Amino acid sequence: METRTIEQTFDSTLESVDAGEEIVLKEAQDLGFDEDDQHKIGIAVRECLVNAVIHGNRYNVRKKVHLTVSRSPGRLEVRIGDEGERFDMSQLPDPLADENLLRHSGRGLLLMQAFMDEFQVRPREPNGTEVKLVKHTAKAA
Amino acid sequence: MSVKLTTRQVGDVTVVDAAGRITLGDGASTFRDTIRDLAGGGHKKLLLNLAEVSYIDSSGIGEMVSGFTTVTNQGGQVKLLNLTKRVKDLLQITKLYTVFEVFEDETAAVRSFT
Repeated sequence: METRTIEQTFDSTLESVDAGEEIVLKEAQDLGFDEDDQHKIGIAVRECLVNAVIHGNRYNVRKKVHLTVSRSPGRLEVRIGDEGERFDMSQLPDPLADENLLRHSGRGLLLMQAFMDEFQVRPREPNGTEVKLVKHTAKAA
Repeated sequence: MSVKLTTRQVGDVTVVDAAGRITLGDGASTFRDTIRDLAGGGHKKLLLNLAEVSYIDSSGIGEMVSGFTTVTNQGGQVKLLNLTKRVKDLLQITKLYTVFEVFEDETAAVRSFT
């Protein structure tokens, strides 16, 4: 099987989060991920899309969310980009520090890292941020 | 399906039976409003039964933490009952397992409130 890639652009709305998650989960299912892994992929992708809509694009109707899903044997790669302000991960509070445990928010990146095999944040050209998430099937790992 | 919450009284403990998804949007806001209403109505011993909760995202976790803080600040207690493996994993990853008291038996959970 060769690499299959889907590219889609979404408006900065919460409806886009559901739609993007659904596309990724269909690819994950076709690739043979079990239900537990599909659940983990779904949460990671959802958190990432929510960040792009809310923190990246700030619901701006002129800014889009860019989703790229590539699947090859044993490997799923998801890239999610926004058109907002870039951010520095090192400046974010550690959600596992005792003083932050009861904060209302700030756990999304933690869940992405916990549930995916690879996690990378990089600037997106010409603007915004792109997050790359990769998961390998159990057979491939 | 968004979250469905039903409440029942066991002695002076209010048990909230939750089912469905607690995620950003309707699910998390329904959850938040219910906990706030209960706390505002003087219900200070809350037991959240999450047996039928299939999915929680970071927004749902945030609302659980906010509910815990609100009720605790009013002198009350919030405890968790019947976590699925997926929800348990989430609480372990986020270290919230160290914050919430978690039970697998409702009778023992109800008795534990002081």
